[in-house]
Amino acid sequence: MIRLEKRAAPSRTWSYLTPLVAVIATMIAGGLMFAALGKDPVEAIRTIFWDPLFGEFAFYYRGQLLVKAGPLILIAIGLALGFRAGIWNIGAEGQYIMGAICGAAVGLAFYPMEARWLIFPLMILGGAVGGFLWAMIPGILKTRFNTNEILVSLLLVYVAEQILASMSLGLLRNPEGAGFPGSRNLRQYESAANNELIAGTGMHWGVVAALIAVIFAYILLSRHIMGFNIRLTGESPRAARFAGVNPNRLILFCLGLSGALAGLAGLFEVAGPAGQISIDFNVGYGFTAIIVAFLGRLHPIGILLAGLLMALTYIGGEAAQSSLGLPSAAIQAFQGMLLFFLLAFDVLTHFRVKFGREAAA
Amino acid sequence: MDLSSINPVLLVASLMVASTPILLAAIGELVVEKSGVLNLGVEGMMIVGAVCGFATAVATGSPALGFVVAAIGGAVLSSLFGVLTQFLLSNQVATGLALTLFGLGISALMGQGYVGVRPPSSPRLDLGPLSDLPVVGRILFSHHPMVYLSLALVAGVWWFLRSTRGGLVLRAVGESHDAAHALGYSVVTVRFAAILFGGACAGLGGAFLSLVIVPQWTEGMTAGQGWIALAIVVFASWRPWRVLIGAYLFGGVTVLQLNLQAAGVAIPVELLSMSPYLITIAVLVIISSDRSRAALNAPASLGRVFHASK
Repeated sequence: MIRLEKRAAPSRTWSYLTPLVAVIATMIAGGLMFAALGKDPVEAIRTIFWDPLFGEFAFYYRGQLLVKAGPLILIAIGLALGFRAGIWNIGAEGQYIMGAICGAAVGLAFYPMEARWLIFPLMILGGAVGGFLWAMIPGILKTRFNTNEILVSLLLVYVAEQILASMSLGLLRNPEGAGFPGSRNLRQYESAANNELIAGTGMHWGVVAALIAVIFAYILLSRHIMGFNIRLTGESPRAARFAGVNPNRLILFCLGLSGALAGLAGLFEVAGPAGQISIDFNVGYGFTAIIVAFLGRLHPIGILLAGLLMALTYIGGEAAQSSLGLPSAAIQAFQGMLLFFLLAFDVLTHFRVKFGREAAA
Repeated sequence: MDLSSINPVLLVASLMVASTPILLAAIGELVVEKSGVLNLGVEGMMIVGAVCGFATAVATGSPALGFVVAAIGGAVLSSLFGVLTQFLLSNQVATGLALTLFGLGISALMGQGYVGVRPPSSPRLDLGPLSDLPVVGRILFSHHPMVYLSLALVAGVWWFLRSTRGGLVLRAVGESHDAAHALGYSVVTVRFAAILFGGACAGLGGAFLSLVIVPQWTEGMTAGQGWIALAIVVFASWRPWRVLIGAYLFGGVTVLQLNLQAAGVAIPVELLSMSPYLITIAVLVIISSDRSRAALNAPASLGRVFHASK
């Protein structure tokens, strides 16, 4: 007879160990999945996790690592703050799209003026504001009308996708693009381009912003009253109310901040790696960032590591796609599996597993 | 613009068809939530049902078998959620999200070979003279059997929750799991059964989408319908017949906007395409703005983790 006994306090050891155990379990289960697809599991795992870092073409892949990790970390940091307080913004994908649209629109409005010192900062501001406003919709509906923020933020993703389609076919379409959908390429517009800062490293302004966000979030959570209020609300909403925490302000703060960060991620992506607004510009970073946030234990440093790991699965997945013919969807399933294992093993953080019969009470 | 090209009879008939996937998913989720469990993985279970049903129907040539396998597929995926939330006591919101993300990935993986394949067509019900009746015949007597099954499920769930002992136990578990546990009912068993039922219903809904409505397999084809089903349960204040109204309302908007697009109304296509989502949000706002009533209807233990200590 196996039973669970609640721990008085969550185990610190297990809270650090679970992500590692989950990654290993996912590698095993993923290997089985790859084997079922008729691929050599050991080779597939090696292609995904080892080769991009230490293999023959590592010089190329290492740069990609930061390019993918940047937006993931930036979004996940914002989401984690909300998750800690029990505020579930799961529409980061929509905020990411709206940030990209607003930021790109600001940049395109100045085309072809050359004033990087003015245009690029304004674009960054535009991206943050775009994501912020889009996240304010569920925020205000939640605080004013008590509407479920999970559903509203998620449904707004589909609305944002339609706006994206409309923008790339209409308002923001490249007038010199021969009628093809998609905006001008921002990378070719000197004043708006978010290019690599150090060639070959993948380091662009978005990665810098992500690192700043990690530090900022760390200080916020450990040193600032707002961070304390967030943690308190997550642990015990009732106690937080007695302590004088204004729940509405907290909701707006968490949603607004996560929206602004997701919007920033979108802006840096559209001005850099993606280059232009197009119908399928978004690739699901907003959803993968949810996995990153949980894998990083909702802790800034953890998210930094988790973001790098998740970026690795993206890059390794692409490598495995070209070298082994592994379907791209396999990586998506693989990432979902990781979150499952993480949540499953998390039981060990909060409970002790006891074997044998329960002692008579 | 030519609004006269929109035939009201066909509109109602296609509304019933378009609403069925959401109706199936929502009535399943209603039972799950009534037992006190919030499963946000509806979207994932639907799409897995869609691909399971599609693959089976293509392989065997039998749509009926496809629906059976779709229900099993949805239930299998939901059992993952059940194990995690009921036995390993994980956070329901996070686990539901994981279910959706995993479902979207695994379905894309399973459906790779089926893109562009046509499924065997599933015939509409033909009751001879009844189906040939003008207006009524088209609206009431010539649908796909699953449309009738979805209506029967709503009636069945309503009857089960209202008039049976099992329904009473399920509601008790959802309102206060501690009290139900003290009375000797197995909270975990009841909830697990409800989760499986919800998964099977969502799977059926997904298969209806891929086998009857579209009928094709494309990645991510559920396009948020699972989330709308979740919203409809809230809209319905956890009552079966209102789920029916909510689903048909949503289906009506979907069909109407498609008709308007086809008729070439001078409204941007994107605005029409986003209208179902916007209207769902608007309805949610209206329903939840009345705080006291919203709190009254929601199952009291919804989303809370149950751990029997001693």
